[in-house]
Amino acid sequence: MIDFQTDPSRYRHWKLSFEGPIATLTMDVDPDGGLMDGYELKLNSYDLGVDIELADAVQRLRFEHPEVKTVVLRSGKEGVFCAGANIRMLGKSTHGHKVNFCKFTNETRLSIEDASENSGQTYLAAISGTAAGGGYELAVTAEHIMLIDDRRSTVSLPELPLLAVLPGTGGLTRLTDKRRVRRDLADVFCTTEEGVRGKRAVEWRLVDEVVPPSAWEAKVTERALELAGRSDRVGERGVALTPLQRTIADDTVSYPFVQVAIDRSGRCAAITVRGPDELPGDLRGIHDAGAGFWPLAMARELDDALLYLRLNEPSIGLIVFRTAGDSALVLAADSLLEQYQTDWLVREIRLLLKRVLKRTDMTARSIITLVEPGSCFAGTLAELVFAADRSVMFAGAKAGDNRGPATLHLSALNFSAYPMGNGLSRLANRFYGEPDSLDAAAGLIGDTLGADAAEERGLITFAYDDTDWDDEVRLILEERASFSPDALTGLEANLRFVGPETMETRIFGRLTAWQNWIFQRPNAVGETGSLKRYGSGIRPDFNPERV
Amino acid sequence: MTDAIEIDYDGLIPNNVGLAEDLRVRKALETWHPGYIDWWKSMGPEGFQNDPVYLRTAIGVGSEGWAKFGFVKMPDYRWGVLLAPKVEGRTIPFGAHKGEPAWQDVPGEYRAMLRRLLVIQGDTEPASVEQQRHLGATAPSLYDLRNLFQVNVEEGRHLWAMVYLLQKYFGRDGREEAEELLRRRSGDQDSPRMLGAFNERTPDWLSFFMFTFFTDRDGKMQLAALAQSGFDPLSRTCRFMLTEEAHHMFVGETGVSRTIQRTCDAMKEAGIEDPYDIERVRALGVIDLPTIQKKANLHFSLTLDLFGNEISTNAANAFNAGLKGRYHEDKLTDDHLLTSSVYPVLRLRDGVIVNEDVPALSALNMRLRDDYVEDAAAGVARWNRVLERAGVDFRITLPHVAFNRHIGEFSGVRTDATGSVLTPEVWQVRKETMLPSVEDNLFIASLMHAAREPGTYAGWIAPPRQGIDNKPGDFEYVQIVR
Repeated sequence: MIDFQTDPSRYRHWKLSFEGPIATLTMDVDPDGGLMDGYELKLNSYDLGVDIELADAVQRLRFEHPEVKTVVLRSGKEGVFCAGANIRMLGKSTHGHKVNFCKFTNETRLSIEDASENSGQTYLAAISGTAAGGGYELAVTAEHIMLIDDRRSTVSLPELPLLAVLPGTGGLTRLTDKRRVRRDLADVFCTTEEGVRGKRAVEWRLVDEVVPPSAWEAKVTERALELAGRSDRVGERGVALTPLQRTIADDTVSYPFVQVAIDRSGRCAAITVRGPDELPGDLRGIHDAGAGFWPLAMARELDDALLYLRLNEPSIGLIVFRTAGDSALVLAADSLLEQYQTDWLVREIRLLLKRVLKRTDMTARSIITLVEPGSCFAGTLAELVFAADRSVMFAGAKAGDNRGPATLHLSALNFSAYPMGNGLSRLANRFYGEPDSLDAAAGLIGDTLGADAAEERGLITFAYDDTDWDDEVRLILEERASFSPDALTGLEANLRFVGPETMETRIFGRLTAWQNWIFQRPNAVGETGSLKRYGSGIRPDFNPERV
Repeated sequence: MTDAIEIDYDGLIPNNVGLAEDLRVRKALETWHPGYIDWWKSMGPEGFQNDPVYLRTAIGVGSEGWAKFGFVKMPDYRWGVLLAPKVEGRTIPFGAHKGEPAWQDVPGEYRAMLRRLLVIQGDTEPASVEQQRHLGATAPSLYDLRNLFQVNVEEGRHLWAMVYLLQKYFGRDGREEAEELLRRRSGDQDSPRMLGAFNERTPDWLSFFMFTFFTDRDGKMQLAALAQSGFDPLSRTCRFMLTEEAHHMFVGETGVSRTIQRTCDAMKEAGIEDPYDIERVRALGVIDLPTIQKKANLHFSLTLDLFGNEISTNAANAFNAGLKGRYHEDKLTDDHLLTSSVYPVLRLRDGVIVNEDVPALSALNMRLRDDYVEDAAAGVARWNRVLERAGVDFRITLPHVAFNRHIGEFSGVRTDATGSVLTPEVWQVRKETMLPSVEDNLFIASLMHAAREPGTYAGWIAPPRQGIDNKPGDFEYVQIVR
């Protein structure tokens, strides 16, 4: 089983150190610490295990270290910053693992940018040594990139000339969209195996500055302090991200607020999210509750459950979301998140919820949300209705159920707190062709919506009453399970994200789609393809036909 | 084939590559030349720049009579561009293109790889001149001073050779790299030379001899491997460079031999039999044999790092592409493809050094290193013959390849000179019994006094058995202007 839970005492590949407002995140990959057998993580190359630690470190820096305003990314190895994803690992991995690996690393890279942009915790990449491929892609997530000018250290994206694949963690897109590198220079850069160093790297906007070795350490500190000076992050006591209380059995994964039940014959995972039992009354209480505060606890558990399913249950193609609890308490939690949104911790919780919901959008499983009596799809949890490929709501009373009819509630957070990768709220994304419906929905904040109203307002896909419910739901799930998993992944990825492109959607939609195609082609993975031949010294044989 | 294709001395740059007709490259080299002279004056030998030195200058490339001896001031040395004669019908001797006609131009797909090989090789040439620039002040004789300068000017010429290839075949990138070769500085924090051993100091003459014996021998191996290249201009360049490199190793081997000889003679005169009676030996003003062993340990291990990782994709790629062959590739009798054979590599497995068969293509660095060790061992055997003849009970040995390494399989482990793995604590305790200590180096430094009268030698080194160009013992190899 691949486990995404870790903590700094267990890190094998990263070191965290702190000095005032500056944290240093040092990459020092243990070559023998690969997640799987059969490859050595030389030269600070990474696999999923290295990235799991990175994601954990980024998350902890945000929650546990309010005092940290700048994070310096650097290497603990001489002469190399990071050599990118380990090629032999890619060569040995299944296609599915490669795709999931790239997706997770991409999500982690975006979470670094999210911290710089929204948390007042700015990343600074201090590159001494070569930053190749994924190494440069990691550096380029930072707000500011410094490159040592020792006439040896270079940045490069050598994937195409060296491996006949693409940089898989947003490198191409960030070159043009973030760094605004001119497209023809980007073409030269991406086809030059040895990369670019020194002054030219600055001229081409690949890095922000080059610094001679004699001035290096002082300059890195100076820049880090400068970036820290711009931060709006105020806070003293962090919140410890305590270990998740998780129990894994054959077909279930249980957390206090999230339950996963797997139906293998139906290739379906039922995820039930439980609402809060109690909530603190004020900001002080939120801080005291820490990792136990329901929105934070629930977000961490849901995040872990999604990752667990992605990597460990590849043939479970369907996720069915349910909730259970008191909608009033969920709305009360939303009110706290709204009222104290300028507090650093509340801001972090909102941003985490945003990222977990994005992770849901990016999960290549069909998502069906069932709004039933006893559920609490209100505010933040209503996002699971809007994230679903289809949502179905129980209309009227259920025979023998005295909990009252199913309801749906909107809160202000549905409109502002959780933008998708395309920059739209899930409601704006839903009502892309119906701006009036979006305006009307805003008027429903705080209203209790029954199935008929929800269906009429377009907030759900269908409402079924007791007569039809069981059959209709069964048919939806069975039909879904019968379609081609590949085609569904493609269909859902297309339909989930409407309208505008952002750097983020381009990374996932365009870059990784092409990358995943290239990863399937004989030119890369055939017996004489580039990945199979890499390291052997023998040239790959390419089929010259352009497709 | 005529032995000597005469050199064109009409232009500024002596050459046998038709520079007179190749205006583009001639202009590039002429543009580069002033920067080179500036570099030579600021980073070349310190002092002696106006003193006539008895140097050999390459005047042809044939096996007979390619060198001409005469007095010349170093800045006036005619650094030229000389390639070994073209072999008509030469084919690529190894790799995926084996049997195809050798390339006379750079194949597009290998441009970057070739340029990198050239730049790394080129970078070592000026680096060693920089490392050795202070040695003139303490030369043990005029003979040795002259040898130092001969080595220096030839390293300079080797730089020219690489710069010519860069400028002729690699366009703008090549010209930029040629400029960079003059900008990097050995040991400079801000722009060091590319390879570690070329940023180490050469503080004394024993270090110089060890460097020319061990590290220039790496140069010989690399040049020999590049001399096999399917890129014909590189092959021809390196073949000619090898003829000069031989002299550098001669300087190193005989320098150490003479040091050993003098120590043995002094011990015998003083009646000291125990080579480990270091204090008494040092009191004689000669370098004790255990210290010479430690210096050998140091330079051998630093040089092994230059071979890079034992298992190397880059080396595999360069071989398969036909760019860099093996040592004596043309004398080997296998398929020259190496796609289906294995080669044994020493590896560190769970803290134990074991032999493992790996695909031969990936193990080319290891193979070249093995050839190097064999070549170096032959030289060490000649040192030991001096000890044997003198009847001194001591032999110089090469340390284990895992000893004191910073690159490759053994960079993560400490061993003694026999390859037994040591804990970090034991290493700290025993380190100075295997590598020169500060005191050892201070002692050697204390002996470094210049001997400037013709025919005189510093007390720690024996005279050579034969003069350069058969000159008599009191020949004034460097006419120091007073």
